[in-house]
Amino acid sequence: MNKSVYDSPKQVEDINRHILTILVDNEPGVLARVVGMFSGRGYNIDSLNVAEVNNQHLSRITIVTHGTKEVIYQIQSQLMRIVPVHSVSNLDKEDSSVEAEVALVNMFINEKNKKEAFQICDLYRARKIENENNTVIFEIAGTSQRIDTFIKDISKITEIEVVRSGPVAISSIQKNEEEK
Amino acid sequence: MTDNITGAEIVLKSLTEQGVEVVFGYPGGAVLPIYDSLFKQNSIRHILVRQEAGAIHAAEGYARSSGKIGVVLVTSGPGATNVVTGLTDSMMDSIPIVCITGQVPQHLIGSDAFQECDTTGITRPCTKHNYLVKDVNKLSSVFHEAFSIAANGRPGPVLIDIPKDIQFAKGNYQSSKEVKIDSHRLFEPKIRANDQNIEEATKLIANAKKPIFYIGGGCINSGPKASQLVTKFVEETKAPATMTLMGLGVIGAKNKYSLGMLGMHGMYEANMAMHECDVMINIGARFDDRVTGRLDAFAPNSKKIHIDIDPSNINKTIKIDVPIIGDIESVMNQIFSSWENNNYKSQKEDLIKWWNKIEEWKKIDCLNYDQGEGSIKPQHAIKRLYELTKDKKTFITTEVGQHQMWAAQYYKFEEPNRWLTSGGLGTMGYGFPAAIGAQIANPDSLVVDIAGDASILMNIQEMSTAVQHRLPVKIFILNNEYMGMVRQWQELLHGGRYSESYTDSLPDFVKLAESFKAKGLRAKNVNELDDVILQMISSKETVIADIWVDKEENCFPMIQSGSAHNEMLLNKYQKQDETSAEKGKVLV
Ligand SMILES: Cc1ncc(C[n+]2csc(CCOP(=O)(O)OP(=O)(O)O)c2C)c(N)n1
Ligand SMILES: [Mg+2]
Repeated sequence: MNKSVYDSPKQVEDINRHILTILVDNEPGVLARVVGMFSGRGYNIDSLNVAEVNNQHLSRITIVTHGTKEVIYQIQSQLMRIVPVHSVSNLDKEDSSVEAEVALVNMFINEKNKKEAFQICDLYRARKIENENNTVIFEIAGTSQRIDTFIKDISKITEIEVVRSGPVAISSIQKNEEEK
Repeated sequence: MTDNITGAEIVLKSLTEQGVEVVFGYPGGAVLPIYDSLFKQNSIRHILVRQEAGAIHAAEGYARSSGKIGVVLVTSGPGATNVVTGLTDSMMDSIPIVCITGQVPQHLIGSDAFQECDTTGITRPCTKHNYLVKDVNKLSSVFHEAFSIAANGRPGPVLIDIPKDIQFAKGNYQSSKEVKIDSHRLFEPKIRANDQNIEEATKLIANAKKPIFYIGGGCINSGPKASQLVTKFVEETKAPATMTLMGLGVIGAKNKYSLGMLGMHGMYEANMAMHECDVMINIGARFDDRVTGRLDAFAPNSKKIHIDIDPSNINKTIKIDVPIIGDIESVMNQIFSSWENNNYKSQKEDLIKWWNKIEEWKKIDCLNYDQGEGSIKPQHAIKRLYELTKDKKTFITTEVGQHQMWAAQYYKFEEPNRWLTSGGLGTMGYGFPAAIGAQIANPDSLVVDIAGDASILMNIQEMSTAVQHRLPVKIFILNNEYMGMVRQWQELLHGGRYSESYTDSLPDFVKLAESFKAKGLRAKNVNELDDVILQMISSKETVIADIWVDKEENCFPMIQSGSAHNEMLLNKYQKQDETSAEKGKVLV
């Protein structure tokens, strides 16, 4: 089960990755409340994303975490205790949600590796971003897995520097969750 | 809407509209404008404490003994940090509090100004919600929302941090009727529980062979009606009921279905019955580790029903078969109608067998002690206090330690809201200020703080508060010259090495009382005990009764950390088995 000062009854439970999407009032301190709940209660955040949604009074926080079913349930209900939280959804079922992440990759390209590197970028449909310093920066979007393999492939050819956004996700089932 | 009044006036107007009668506080630079407004009005009474910790515990005592919201007013920086323990305490025990803190003016925030601290940052994890108010026109709506949040759903503390410039600024006042609180910020929509789960629960209860009710502080928070309904349902089913430390009083101690308290220092029969039950009905309790003992041996053969207003309590440490989320009063009404509609009756034969078993456990007589002549047994001191005060409307508060557990064991509570103790956080220094708050809320009642010699020194400065406001609070110290509970654990788990648990250089408590112009009494011998108690309760003054008790008495029965409900120690001659002891040692 979950946390206690006592050992839990031994049971082997699967630990899975979950994407939680949290709709909150866009007010000062709301991110600190959410993040503080995770750190204070010892849960993990694998990645975190936050931005305003179309209504300017609301923000959407996307958190990737992992845990057993019970831990995830506990995280969800602890999040619901936070006053400015409207709703928490678990987008764990692959067939009911779509996820995407963006990565920016700075490549150290020379005449020798250029052709092969660009071929890989082409294959993954990574987009070159022009910039004033003429460095070679590509942008790639897609599932985290896809970005993982892209990075693996490209780093065999050239040294790179990567920043990743962490995934955002959306339910592919129609529903009106703004009204909790 | 009222135009153009100062922020400080808005604070007072909001409090008045919310029906606040008393504020517990301590002034300072960052709240001077609010104190100025306070000075100019007569409807709200301010109780000046002597340390901010005293203010918030007093507000807790006020709230728990009256069912109202406790209000605290303190300054920025050290004023705010001094209430952090009390906020955490009320968060753990679900006590509704609104705490107002001053803050440095907005243009100084972030500059490490004098008496600046990040109050909302510090108190975020120990409040239900908190605010830093940056717009004077929003001040009244923040107050109205804060009062709703504090009392709504599972109650708790809410803090409002107000920069000094906002207190001076002029703005508009909105009445609570004009303020619309978004429903997602409150609990309201979920008060009525899922009917299907109710049906499942009543069916389980009706078919149970060895049912037990496990009742917690949530019943008290739900209001007096909830306790009545729970009692009525227990009587209807004729099943045994046990209560947590926070739940004492929900079912009267004299009720024949009550087995008393369960848990680490609970009754033998209550813990054994929990261990052997086949259906457990948890009403407003949260499977605290002080209650469950070892989890893998907790009521191993039972189906568990859990009624709670807070979904995060469900499946937190114990797997639940039938969760019911809702306010206890309305859930109990739903349960009653389901019970009646289905024409359910308990399993009479099985319950007779079950009660026979329980009667066997009761014969152990786990609270037995041997008073004898001469020195006073602490258990006996509580027992006499109970006998001599039970016919009055008495409120009991406690500090934390052995005396707290003896109070829970030997004082019998017949009603909710009469027993005020720091359960979740276990805060030494809680009891005396809480008694002050309870006395303010119940001026004509007897209020006794059952204290330990170490704990009472943690907020002893509040003697001034009690005397200034002519509060006839009684402090009943079980003086063993030890941090007794620490000493007990050191005896049981650390080879009797009493590291720093002797309370050396104690004050003379009688003279200490007298120095505050209060009354001091002392009993050293069992034949002086009744007389001291009678003098104490008949006095109109603040009283410290210094009761010298056996120094090395231990609190039994006890489930040591690492053990299960059916592995209780009943006296000092029994020992925990080695492996559990080794495991238990590392636990709290
Ligand atoms: C603020 C705080 N500090 C430390 C503790 C740990 N603690 C629990 S009980 C106890 C001893 C209490 O001694 P006393 O008040 O004399 O009560 P007794 O156990 O002797 O009845 C201590 C130090 C605590 N609960 N609270
Ligand atoms: Mg002591």
